[in-house]
Amino acid sequence: MAETIGFYTLSVLILGLAVLVVTAKNTVHSILFLVMNFLCVAVVYVVLQAEFLAVIQVLVYAGGIVVLYLIVVMLVNLKGEAEAHQDPRRLSVIGLALAGAVLLELAGILVYSSGSDATVPSSEAVAFPVQGNVEELGWLLYTDYLIPFEVASVLLLVAMIGAILLARREV
Amino acid sequence: MIDTIVIPLLKIAVLVNGVLVAVTFTVLMERKVIAWAQSRLGPMRVGPYGILQAIVDPIKLILKEDITPAKADKWMFTLAPILSLVPALVVFAVVPFGGDELFYVTDINVGLLFIIAVTSIGVYGIILAGWASNSKYPLLASLRASAQLISYEIAVTMTLVSVILTAGTLSMIGIVEAQQEAGFWFFFVQPVAFVLVLIGGLAETNRAPFDMPEAEQELTGGFHTEYSGMRFSMFFLAEYANMLVISAVVVVLFWGGWLRPFPNVAALSFLDFIPSWVWFFGKMFGFLYLFIWIRATLPRYRYDQLMRLGWKVLIPIAIGNIVVTAVVKVLL
Repeated sequence: MAETIGFYTLSVLILGLAVLVVTAKNTVHSILFLVMNFLCVAVVYVVLQAEFLAVIQVLVYAGGIVVLYLIVVMLVNLKGEAEAHQDPRRLSVIGLALAGAVLLELAGILVYSSGSDATVPSSEAVAFPVQGNVEELGWLLYTDYLIPFEVASVLLLVAMIGAILLARREV
Repeated sequence: MIDTIVIPLLKIAVLVNGVLVAVTFTVLMERKVIAWAQSRLGPMRVGPYGILQAIVDPIKLILKEDITPAKADKWMFTLAPILSLVPALVVFAVVPFGGDELFYVTDINVGLLFIIAVTSIGVYGIILAGWASNSKYPLLASLRASAQLISYEIAVTMTLVSVILTAGTLSMIGIVEAQQEAGFWFFFVQPVAFVLVLIGGLAETNRAPFDMPEAEQELTGGFHTEYSGMRFSMFFLAEYANMLVISAVVVVLFWGGWLRPFPNVAALSFLDFIPSWVWFFGKMFGFLYLFIWIRATLPRYRYDQLMRLGWKVLIPIAIGNIVVTAVVKVLL
């Protein structure tokens, strides 16, 4: 019961903040709403008993990535309110198309998952030789999901090297 | 009901007030120690040896006029000091001040990560303070501060990984218990990590010799130039509360938390008559003294030197330390 109330309160907060992110006139305010949005998502993870994910969400997104956004916005120094786009209609067509695609995807997930009962693979199904949230996650990452994990790390490494190359051409 | 709501709330109330009082006395301690280092007396007027200065200063700050600059972003200007103070207070929730359950608010299995994550939110206070002031020097200072904090956050977090590897747990209590089982404080196996965390901690709390964000000579006062009264003192409180956090974290990770020296050596068991919290606060006091001592001794770094130290020295050493720790851990 309490969990349901918590979930819906958080959902309203998350959606409301997401709307504020795109409607806020001031870019810095918009970024702050984004931070609050991420923090609310972290609370959802806590409710789902995924403490590790929650803390990583705060650490990486709220504490790292968005700080960089904020610095970029401050360096660009947007004085006053942004001007309206030249041709808002052209952009709104793309926006509507993208929103429709996401909606379709969500509907697909709903239809697809309503058939099967087990929406989440229960942790009891996997025999863990280790105890605890972080330990089990680490175990899964280095056994069942080893290849995706390694591919993702190589991808991040490539992105990092690419960024350094772009920033320092004369090397 | 009492166990799940009333007692934690009481603990939180005691903790928050305790931290704030401790902060005011840390400020007094800093003034006194630096005065002694410079052959002065420091505050002497209020109370015996100026002890009541710690009470009088906050009262003065509360009573002062609180000015909002006309061109400032009012909401952000008010939000910034709150954003920098609250995370500094929140992290104390997972710090174990003693072995007994009475001495900590909660023990979560990701305690250390929780501390890193919550302190990383504090950066927003500094950035927004500089931006919302709508003033030249605060903006420069807050850009410096955010670059410095992010760089050193990476270095410190990388270093903490090797400590986590040594302890095998992320829980703050688990880390102290791991030291009890091992029979020695982790300082003796991770001296490099200790030095890195100490340097990174100084940089993350904007303490000398890394106090670039509030270098008076260059920036007139740093990111809080436009602040006055209570909102200024909130930044002040946050800085000193962060100093307490760093000392507490260093004590827990490297100096055995509430444990006595060599907790498994029976010959030293006569030391057990000293309660665990006395050990903890004693060690914390030692580190606060060290921080103040460093401030009185070392001149300020130049900004490019600071960034070079962070990225080209600390982070490579931290990564090397992780590799060495992992190899040793697997071999043993």
